[in-house]
Amino acid sequence: MTNPSSQPHFAKRWLQLLFTALKHELRQRLRQPSQLLHPIGFAVLVALLFGFAVGPQPEKLSLVAPAALFIALLLANFLSMELLFASDFEDGTLDALAASGRELVPLLYGKALAFWLAQGLSLLLALPLLMILLKLSAALAPTLIFTFVMVSLGLSFLGLIGSALTVRLRAGAMLLMLLILPQAVPLLIFSLGAINAAQLGESNAAPLLYLSAITLALFVLAPLAAKGVLSQEIND
Amino acid sequence: MQAAAAAMAISTPRSIPILGAHELVGQRAGFALFEPVSFDLHAGQLLWLEGDNGVGKTTLLRGLLGLSLLKFTGLNFQGQPLPAARAQMQQQSRWLSHQSTLKSVLSVSQNWQFWAALYHAGPIDAAELASSLGLDGLETQPIASLSAGQKKRAQLALLRFGNPALWLLDEPFANLDQSGIKLVEQLICQHLDLGGAALSTSHGVLGTGSALASRASALKLRPAKLLPTNELAND
Repeated sequence: MTNPSSQPHFAKRWLQLLFTALKHELRQRLRQPSQLLHPIGFAVLVALLFGFAVGPQPEKLSLVAPAALFIALLLANFLSMELLFASDFEDGTLDALAASGRELVPLLYGKALAFWLAQGLSLLLALPLLMILLKLSAALAPTLIFTFVMVSLGLSFLGLIGSALTVRLRAGAMLLMLLILPQAVPLLIFSLGAINAAQLGESNAAPLLYLSAITLALFVLAPLAAKGVLSQEIND
Repeated sequence: MQAAAAAMAISTPRSIPILGAHELVGQRAGFALFEPVSFDLHAGQLLWLEGDNGVGKTTLLRGLLGLSLLKFTGLNFQGQPLPAARAQMQQQSRWLSHQSTLKSVLSVSQNWQFWAALYHAGPIDAAELASSLGLDGLETQPIASLSAGQKKRAQLALLRFGNPALWLLDEPFANLDQSGIKLVEQLICQHLDLGGAALSTSHGVLGTGSALASRASALKLRPAKLLPTNELAND
């Protein structure tokens, strides 16, 4: 019964599983554009509220603008995160995947990368509007784009662990925030360090490297952690 | 699909049972659910799991798939002892659960494509597959627009992807109409003809005139007296 052609080589098998999950997940996310657009609207509103709260003095706004922008994007990114496993748990896909005898880790990579591509990068589209609203100079754009790409990638993988932990809870969204937001603090600190340095015209290589290192660590470790959590959740 | 399936008959030697279980006990919260059961399931055989609601039929199926804890003194899949052969058994088994495992926002064929890729089934002809399951022309419709019975039919397609040796069916007739029940019987027959085996829960839907009656046997699960499972053998 064990057909050699049905058991491809390890690396090929992982890539196959990863792309299968990525495609399936992206298709679902693109079928529900409102779920991608609502967080963008949310981020824009938060930025607007900051603008009103700080008042009309541009020098005051320029002090808090990068922080406001990042907090808006961070919170927006969390809005759709609970959906990472919610539908898989509801419709039995999670059980079926665990019972399929395939590796879970590449499937989780596919899931997190699809979330990043759909949600993280669609939030990037809101960046120009947010920069105008918060009067951020266009010279900051490369730093902002790089840091946000890194942060959203890191968050997608943090979200994997958080969603796995809250998969059985009906009102998991709030708990997910409470669990994951503290873990996102290092990402926030190094991003803003890099942006502030860029604003002052200083070299920001150090915070950018720290940011990339943290994101890389999350990229490598989070799917393994999420797999461990999920096997506990499934095995009742 | 049928031609491809026929070309790749399942080849477990007839003398070795596909699934051999000795003193199997399902458990919940540390207590045994049913009296220990033993059975040998050979190629071409169907075993009905019978028993009252809550006796542990679904738990037994989930346990065989490694989704909940089972106690046993012996459990072999195609002659290989579990839990060592767990991954092999999972890959060679297909589970029809009471949950659809289909994404409501995606079309029938998009859902099939995902599971076919996951089970290494190769490319599928969605239109042909749909008409073989009585879903003519519905393969491009989103799952959300299907009725419960149509969803079940769409779910039946997953059973055959990758030619698994063992089918674990949880209430396979739920939500289906008369022609749907016939379809399930026909699919099980074809699976048994190809050298597969099936373990199914049921509440006795089948009539005596059914094509399956001659190849099926029944196994009754009886509720256990409250017995902590730590007094039983470990798995």
